Amino acid sequence: MTRNFQTGGSPHIPPQTTVAKVMLQVLLALVPGVLATTWFFGPGTLVQIVLATVFALLFEFLMLRLRGRPLKPFINDYSAVVTAVLFALCIPPLAPWWISCIAMLFAIGFAKHLYGGLGQNVFNPAMVAYVVVLISFPQAMTNWLPPLALAEHSLGLADSLATIFTGQVPVTGGWDAVTQATPLDTLKTGVDAGRNVPEITQSALFGAIGGKGWEWIACCFALGGFFLLYKRVISWQVPVAVIGSVLLFSLPFWLVDPDSNPLPLLHVFSGAIVLAAFFIATDPVSGCVSNRGRLIFGAGVGIITLVIRRWGGYPDGVAFAVLLMNMAAPLIDRYTRPRMYGE
Amino acid sequence: MTISLKAEFEQAVGKRSHHFHGGLRLRHNKKISCQDRVGPPPLPELLVVPLLQHAGDISEPLVQAGDTVLKGQPIGQCQPCAAVHSPVSGMVEAIEVRPMSHPSGQPGPCVLIRPDGREQWVDLNPMADWQTASPESLIEQIQNCGLAGLGGAVFPTHAKMRDGRDRKTHTLILNGVECEPYISCDEMLMREQPGKIILGARILRRALGADRVLIAIEDQMSAVQKALTACPEFANSENISVVKVPAIYPEGGERQLIQVLTGQEVPAGGRPSDLGLVCQNVATAAAVAEAVTEGKPLIERYVTVTGNGVSHPRNLKVLFGTPVSHLVECCGGYTQDVARLVMGGPMMGYPLESDSAPVVKASNCVLALTQRDIAPPQAEMPCIRCGECARVCPAMLLPQQLHLQIRNGLWKPLEEYGLKACIECGCCDYVCPSHIPLVDWFRYGKGELRTRALESEASELARKRFESREARLLRLKQERAEKMARRKQVLNDKSSQQDRILASIQRAESRSRSKPGGQGSGSADDT
Repeated sequence: MTRNFQTGGSPHIPPQTTVAKVMLQVLLALVPGVLATTWFFGPGTLVQIVLATVFALLFEFLMLRLRGRPLKPFINDYSAVVTAVLFALCIPPLAPWWISCIAMLFAIGFAKHLYGGLGQNVFNPAMVAYVVVLISFPQAMTNWLPPLALAEHSLGLADSLATIFTGQVPVTGGWDAVTQATPLDTLKTGVDAGRNVPEITQSALFGAIGGKGWEWIACCFALGGFFLLYKRVISWQVPVAVIGSVLLFSLPFWLVDPDSNPLPLLHVFSGAIVLAAFFIATDPVSGCVSNRGRLIFGAGVGIITLVIRRWGGYPDGVAFAVLLMNMAAPLIDRYTRPRMYGE
Repeated sequence: MTISLKAEFEQAVGKRSHHFHGGLRLRHNKKISCQDRVGPPPLPELLVVPLLQHAGDISEPLVQAGDTVLKGQPIGQCQPCAAVHSPVSGMVEAIEVRPMSHPSGQPGPCVLIRPDGREQWVDLNPMADWQTASPESLIEQIQNCGLAGLGGAVFPTHAKMRDGRDRKTHTLILNGVECEPYISCDEMLMREQPGKIILGARILRRALGADRVLIAIEDQMSAVQKALTACPEFANSENISVVKVPAIYPEGGERQLIQVLTGQEVPAGGRPSDLGLVCQNVATAAAVAEAVTEGKPLIERYVTVTGNGVSHPRNLKVLFGTPVSHLVECCGGYTQDVARLVMGGPMMGYPLESDSAPVVKASNCVLALTQRDIAPPQAEMPCIRCGECARVCPAMLLPQQLHLQIRNGLWKPLEEYGLKACIECGCCDYVCPSHIPLVDWFRYGKGELRTRALESEASELARKRFESREARLLRLKQERAEKMARRKQVLNDKSSQQDRILASIQRAESRSRSKPGGQGSGSADDT
């Protein structure tokens, strides 16, 4: 007596992981950094994360509908949420709500779906969104806060919500009373004004090695990054190349002229270098494929960031650096095909 | 390689364990089928013996419906390939097209034999003294006995041996590394018949003219190591060593095993014999021993029947042509929740539509899986280029790029990116978070490349034929033109014309002189 069976493709064991699981691991790895950011800059960051996530999912839903794609596997793959959280971590905690709306329209609608959706985007959607709002709304995007320890007014959740949704700060003195330039901004304007770096970094805005607060946030992002490395969600090449190139490239400048160039470590522990090294430049879709390619990609991000910080118009340049390297990624891939077995 | 380096390399083979790129550590799941001793199942009612059981062309049948056959009698032959023999004595019922347990899933010609239960052997031709026999006669005996690689690729053994002998093999590697989960037939064979394997190894070594034999086993096979080193044949043999290697899938792949044992890579597009190595499966070695010393053709093999879908997993010694359903019955039948039947292991095996499929030379395992083992089918997502596939690829390829190129029909870069080097181990499939059936794409891509190569060969031939025809026509035209020109020149040349007229007049005169009554033929005088 014979019996018939359903067939199916090999391998005949359950797959190791899923896209959603990978994205969830990335989100989990972001938790320490999110908590640290909230600790130092108040609950505004959490509000931004929720806002950006809601808008990202909304646009994801609309775009999938417009493109006639099924909602089921895509809306719950968490890729839009990762984009939203990364974006929210880059903007000032009290940025108005419509910043998120516009940014997510560009991230999900343009950078992701107009290029073909998940896996097809040439540019990192979170960085596209960031650059769009940075260039379009420079005022709103530079309203950074001082770390809580230095703040005259610490805004609670209710105040943060009110600020984000009304654009008015509910304390006497308004925006001027709560905002302050970032350490990198202070550094840039200071150096441009002819002051020397050791003097600038004496300011209360700076901590032991980087910006006050920023250095701890960077450490927490690195902690999450190590988790991703351990889980093998990301490979070591990109973070090592980004941070290594920042250190190596800034070292000779500092050695030659320490008065107008900060310590290499300050570069790493201020701004978004660590976040980019572990979470943004490691985006596999818009990055390089081969290990050698990833080293080149990471080094490119590090060096371009420094070039922008040193000679460019912006205090930090990570987003531009990532987008520029995104453009170069296919070419790098072409020239870094790894050796095959027996070749 | 210079002489000294080569000698050094020969010495170093097997001394140290190296690594191959990528691979996976998978749960073995082998113990469940290693509890019972291996025995033969009762004779089935009907055997379906496919005429294609090896890599190569379909054999020509040597029998027809109604013939009586003896056990071991050749029933199919194919000159450069491996012969097919009757596994039982009995009567040929028919030769018809049936599913033949081929990875392609294609049905093909099979010989249906109804056993008479007498198990009467054909006259066997054992070789009296293999130790003095010539290597060529050993290889011929192997060919006549229908041997093919029992590791799964079923490449005709004699062809591999001839190639190895002609290219000066120094080391024979016996592959006992059964890296796929669940499969334990080689392990059981090594435990139960170590003497036969070592005898086979010595015969193969003589046929190759090699010096050494390495028997590679996995590091958790301690029972196997004990069995091999304890048997008397091992003590009596020189230059045979048993080497343990770490169990990482797909280490049983020939190229990966060679890399682990030697640290060297088989050149792309080349063969192990380029390094002076020949790899044979341990089961092939045991079959060689039987073929040479007893004259027995290859008609049976160890098969693992396992998985949560069978009641009593175990190994069986199975005659080729036995239907899978018969094996499962001998193992207590299916369990309630059996969901899929696989021929081979979980990584590289192919699913069977029906358990009427026969066991063939390539069948090392029948795997019955439950729904829980295989998990519900996952939706395929777009590639997110995470690169896991490249990290685990033992051929060091970029599976995601290959996949993209096949999907987009970019056939030219595919060659450059080494699609042909893919060993279809399925590591990339297993780790892909988007659940893209990569190996299926690669099989399709390889097929497409092959047809394209054939097409371009054909069109190249047509182009050449056309060009040479054009050239020939041109040449003829030119020759004709030259001839015309020459003739014209001759005609135009007045003086020579005069001469020729004079000459013909003279000829005519001399002829009329020699034939007095002759009538000069006008035509002969014409110039």
